[in-house]
Amino acid sequence: VSCPKMQELLKWNGWGYNDSKFIFNKKGVAEFTGKRYRLGGLVLPLLKEWMEKTLGASIEHKTTSRTSLNTSDVPPPIENQEFLQDLRTAKISYSQEAEDRVFRAHGHCLHEILILREGMFKRIPDVIVWPVCHDDVAKIVELACKHNLCIIPYGGGTSVSSALECPADERRTIVSLDTSQMLYEKNLTAHVEAGIIGQDLERQLGESGYCTGHEPDSMEFSSLGGWVATRASGMKKNIYGNIEDLVVHIKMVTPRGVIEKGCQGPRMSTGPDIHNFILGSEGILGVVTEVTIKIRPIPEYQKYGSVVFLNFEQGVACLREIAKQRCAPASIRLVDNTQFQFGHSLKPQVSSIFTSFLDGLKKFYITKFKGFDPNQLCVATLLFEGDREKVLQHEKQVYDIAAKFSGLAAGEDNGQRGYMLTFVIAYLRDLGLDYYVIGESFETSVPWDRVLDLCRNVKERIVKECKERGVQFAPLSTCRVTQTYDAGACVYFYFAFNYRGISDPIHVYEQIEIAARDEILANGGSLSHHHGVGKLRKRWMKESISDVGLGMLKSVKEYVDPNNIFGNKNLL
Amino acid sequence: MAMAAAESSRLGNLLYSQKDFTSKKRDEFEDILEERRQSSDLRYAMKCFTPVVYKGLSPCKPSAIKNIVLQSEQLQYVIKQLSKETGESPDIIQEEASEILDEMSHNLQLGAIRIFAFSLSKIFKRLFQRVRLNEEGIQRLQQAIQEHPVILLPSHRSYIDFLMLSYLLYTYDLSLPAIAAGMDFMVMKMIGELLRRSGAFFMRRTFSGNKLYWAVFAEYVKTILKNGYAPIEFFLEGTRSRTAKTLTPKFGLLSIVMEPFLKREVFDTYLVPISIIYERILEESLYAHELLGVPKPKETTSGLLKARKILSEDFGSIHVYFGQPVSLRTLSSERINRCTYNLIPRHLPQKPSEEIQDFISDVAYKMELLQIENMVLSPWILIAAILLQNLPSIDFALLAEKTLWLKDLTQAFGGFLEWPDNLCAKKAVRSSLALHSNIVNLVNDQVVLNDQGMEAGTTEEVVFKRALSILMCGAYRNQLLNVFVRPSLVAVALQMTHNFRKEEVYGCFAFLRGIFSDEFIFFPGIALKDFEEGCFLLTKCDAIQVTAQEILVTEKGSTIVSFLTAMFKPFVEGYQIIYRYLLKETNEAFVEKQFLSGLGNFGFQLLAAGSSHCYEVLSSDMQKNALAALVRLGIARKMKTNNGFTYAVSKEALNKTAEMFESRIPIRKPVAARL
Ligand SMILES: Cc1cc2nc3c(=O)[nH]c(=O)nc-3n(C[C@H](O)[C@H](O)[C@H](O)COP(=O)(O)OP(=O)(O)OC[C@H]3O[C@@H](n4cnc5c(N)ncnc54)[C@H](O)[C@@H]3O)c2cc1C
Repeated sequence: VSCPKMQELLKWNGWGYNDSKFIFNKKGVAEFTGKRYRLGGLVLPLLKEWMEKTLGASIEHKTTSRTSLNTSDVPPPIENQEFLQDLRTAKISYSQEAEDRVFRAHGHCLHEILILREGMFKRIPDVIVWPVCHDDVAKIVELACKHNLCIIPYGGGTSVSSALECPADERRTIVSLDTSQMLYEKNLTAHVEAGIIGQDLERQLGESGYCTGHEPDSMEFSSLGGWVATRASGMKKNIYGNIEDLVVHIKMVTPRGVIEKGCQGPRMSTGPDIHNFILGSEGILGVVTEVTIKIRPIPEYQKYGSVVFLNFEQGVACLREIAKQRCAPASIRLVDNTQFQFGHSLKPQVSSIFTSFLDGLKKFYITKFKGFDPNQLCVATLLFEGDREKVLQHEKQVYDIAAKFSGLAAGEDNGQRGYMLTFVIAYLRDLGLDYYVIGESFETSVPWDRVLDLCRNVKERIVKECKERGVQFAPLSTCRVTQTYDAGACVYFYFAFNYRGISDPIHVYEQIEIAARDEILANGGSLSHHHGVGKLRKRWMKESISDVGLGMLKSVKEYVDPNNIFGNKNLL
Repeated sequence: MAMAAAESSRLGNLLYSQKDFTSKKRDEFEDILEERRQSSDLRYAMKCFTPVVYKGLSPCKPSAIKNIVLQSEQLQYVIKQLSKETGESPDIIQEEASEILDEMSHNLQLGAIRIFAFSLSKIFKRLFQRVRLNEEGIQRLQQAIQEHPVILLPSHRSYIDFLMLSYLLYTYDLSLPAIAAGMDFMVMKMIGELLRRSGAFFMRRTFSGNKLYWAVFAEYVKTILKNGYAPIEFFLEGTRSRTAKTLTPKFGLLSIVMEPFLKREVFDTYLVPISIIYERILEESLYAHELLGVPKPKETTSGLLKARKILSEDFGSIHVYFGQPVSLRTLSSERINRCTYNLIPRHLPQKPSEEIQDFISDVAYKMELLQIENMVLSPWILIAAILLQNLPSIDFALLAEKTLWLKDLTQAFGGFLEWPDNLCAKKAVRSSLALHSNIVNLVNDQVVLNDQGMEAGTTEEVVFKRALSILMCGAYRNQLLNVFVRPSLVAVALQMTHNFRKEEVYGCFAFLRGIFSDEFIFFPGIALKDFEEGCFLLTKCDAIQVTAQEILVTEKGSTIVSFLTAMFKPFVEGYQIIYRYLLKETNEAFVEKQFLSGLGNFGFQLLAAGSSHCYEVLSSDMQKNALAALVRLGIARKMKTNNGFTYAVSKEALNKTAEMFESRIPIRKPVAARL
């Protein structure tokens, strides 16, 4: 019975690596620990004030998580001895250790993390299995059918839709099928087993000069199979495409058998594309075991950039124009003023790339424009890729468009810093949790003509709901546009509030999140751009895809998995 | 009790909230003229004017607004459409649109506002004793203006309404509203221009056929609203109510101002009901003439100047009540299927779905009911109601006694009474009579309707004069009707059914409510709730007892019940006469004009012959309402022809309704009414 080493590196009750986290040091100054990230080991003198000001948090008021798992709290496993016997015969490793089971009982939704810190799940997987190849998976699924068990596929565990939570009323043995040992990479044609984690995949391909270019913000921990199962989206989709554009071939084991296409033609007209039943199936139909994915040579040249706009409206108008001219860089993101200011608060004490942005800007702007308002400014960060000459050409084109919207180029450093922060921001929630601040992010996609209204209304709705529900401090309610398309954009929100004085914060939090989603839908936004539905957003499925649409999915499920072996209850 | 099946489908219970009659708290009034009488008008007009603004305001000049409107995707789309339809070049249509905008656009200038403030101070002080308003309402409004775009929805009884409202807002340092005012003002050159400069914008009375006009207008209003440039003000009733009864709402403008929220172009929109009530209406005599079919003079400036005589008269007090701002977001929550707007690009014009139309209508009724709730009732209104039941004259002491009795009843029904300074009944009555000496006289302790010169003149003239006085008096009694209508229709139903079975009384009530829905304001689709409210109020003043099966009139109640029945008698009788006329005298099809003049003659003859005393049947308002009700109930058909509308009545159906109305046949039970 093996416990993979990745788990040992990770926090059991928070995000990311054990050694990397935000803390307030002995002097009461914020610091980011560890050596993994560029921010590692740096002191962040402005963060404390930001937290006090924007969230009303104070370092005197601290809550602490339990430090380790109390195994006696863990619900005892529902065992199926015959199944375990069969596993041993098939030489498939498994575990019933409490730590392993709890580790795979959740993703990274706020309420899941809070349960880890202070409570216990009602139901967790009873046994973890580690197949190492497609055939192992086929065997496990066969055994699950034979013994009537429930399987929940597990990739990297970065789900943010309650997709990994075990249905509390599941009476059968729940098998968590962890794909993390399926990373055998056959022939450098990028035919890959589905358990491989994003950063490992890129590293291995990189050794031969290739990449997939698929970079979701969770790529350090999420898996190829997980991406397929959730219809993931990577930061650089403008060049490489989203996961549905990247996969050429998928193999999935279902209770009914293996589903795959018979050839690898780049496009087929053979009725509805069966890949579309697999992409986004969220583990309810089977286990994705092998994926053939497109690869590209690693780009010769990369360049970051940034543009400052006088206000968010101008910024959105500019992004829309760039999308219209179809000249978006590999990545382009526009953050609102709140995040713009937040970026400032993560400025370390000493560091070359972290020169005071705002101060420089003030001088800059006063000479260029009169009367700009630092409380309106917002910034777009850019990432260009390709051969050098083309990148420079492209860069000029984009900056020329920006100029039409009074956008001013604000340097490479600011751009780079923006992207570097994406990976560390996820660690910030754990810091907040220590100081009575709970928060979450959520996302949507929306047609261009509604982007501005949606951003404004959703933020305002959050503020209003907080007020009405007795939240005593103004919440953090902020957004950014993270992807552009011909017909619209992806918008990403952060929402956090200080819950001191509220008796049932998690309930309040959930009510507000529901209200925010209602607001998104009322503004013509989608249920999800890339996080998926899971169990968290099921209630809106019908209005999202219509009765008939839901019926179609149900009938597929019915055919593929009549006994509901893949019983995680996502989606439908 | 359960709701009739047909009713429950449109319950709208979120919008309709049962009134609380006992603990209804209303704000106190302040007189603003008092200060005007004590300090300099000039200084007042030159005061520093810095109104609070909407938090999301993007400041811009009127000319910039015009450009935003002309360049908007919405308008550009309509222009292209029209160009395709008519073959006209888009440039020419664009030019036309620009002219329409010029004609329409308001143009806020502080100078004009100051002239306005100065002259209105002078005029108002001469016309009125007091202008009283609730300052708390102003404070709420001030708050609301900063939070979200605001729509002001005043009641409409007089031209003074919007002058007064702008004046009050100026006084309290609030943004002057952009007013959607009828075009007839444009004729009043000088005042028109002054009005425009102080914020009014103009709209042609009818432009239903003119797509471009509608598009320009709608875009203009929405632009002002979305930018939070100024509160928008218009009259739900569409026109001044000549009868002082609240008119059934018009939906066009309301649907325009609701659209930005429904499309989520703004986070929310506040609707503010405002009740403006005149102790004596400036246009009272003009209205009575109009109702009797004497053509209305065009509103010219010189016409208004001729009215200078008016300036020497006393018009008593005005009460303005600013209601609680109502959040459209709250009203719409859970009611609107949000997909409606999600699948069509927002610049394309979109006809509201049936669901949305119902919602708009419910909102309109809700706002009118809120106006009604806060309309101040003066002693004179009670006097008028009593007098009309005691023609030609009543003993002064008896009148005072009855007025006091009616005061209590009105309060029990939730009416908003203002009884000046706790005057004793006699004094209050006397001062009311003095104020309205053009309508009533006190002769030898007898209060008589003022229809002098009656003896001289032809019978026609006599009838006409009498009708004038009665309609003028009626316009005051009418202000009581919307407070009284629910219990009164229960009372009428009790009399009509001659039987106390609850189910039958309800059937009759629902029938009457259906017929009178153009006459009085009922929230759509809640007949049963209205019935329950009526019964509740009657029970509360011990007039009836309701058991599981029956409704019994108490001894004390018979006075109340017969008073209430008499109060609504003109309507019951009037409609009966109108049905009789339609059954006997009309041809297959007729236009409205024929109907009005034919019915007018018919009524005149009845009155001249003394076979009826229902003078109010001569009111064109009642005549039109009765016809509209028949169309609504499917008894008459309204067809569009080249020269306006033609009506055709199904005599068979009408006959049946008339018979039920005269209690000659029992009323068919409403579908599935379970009580
Ligand atoms: C900080 C953070 C940043 C994120 N950023 C992004 C982003 O930029 N873009 C994006 O798209 N998402 C993002 N996500 C969401 C999440 O990372 C994605 O949904 C990711 O695709 C999940 O992969 P995973 O391997 O972690 O799957 P898991 O979380 O383990 O599982 C997710 C779901 O897929 C099913 N599943 C997993 N593997 C398989 C398999 N092999 N076969 C069948 N079903 C399977 C599981 O049963 C479950 O229902 C982010 C999440 C976090 C916490």
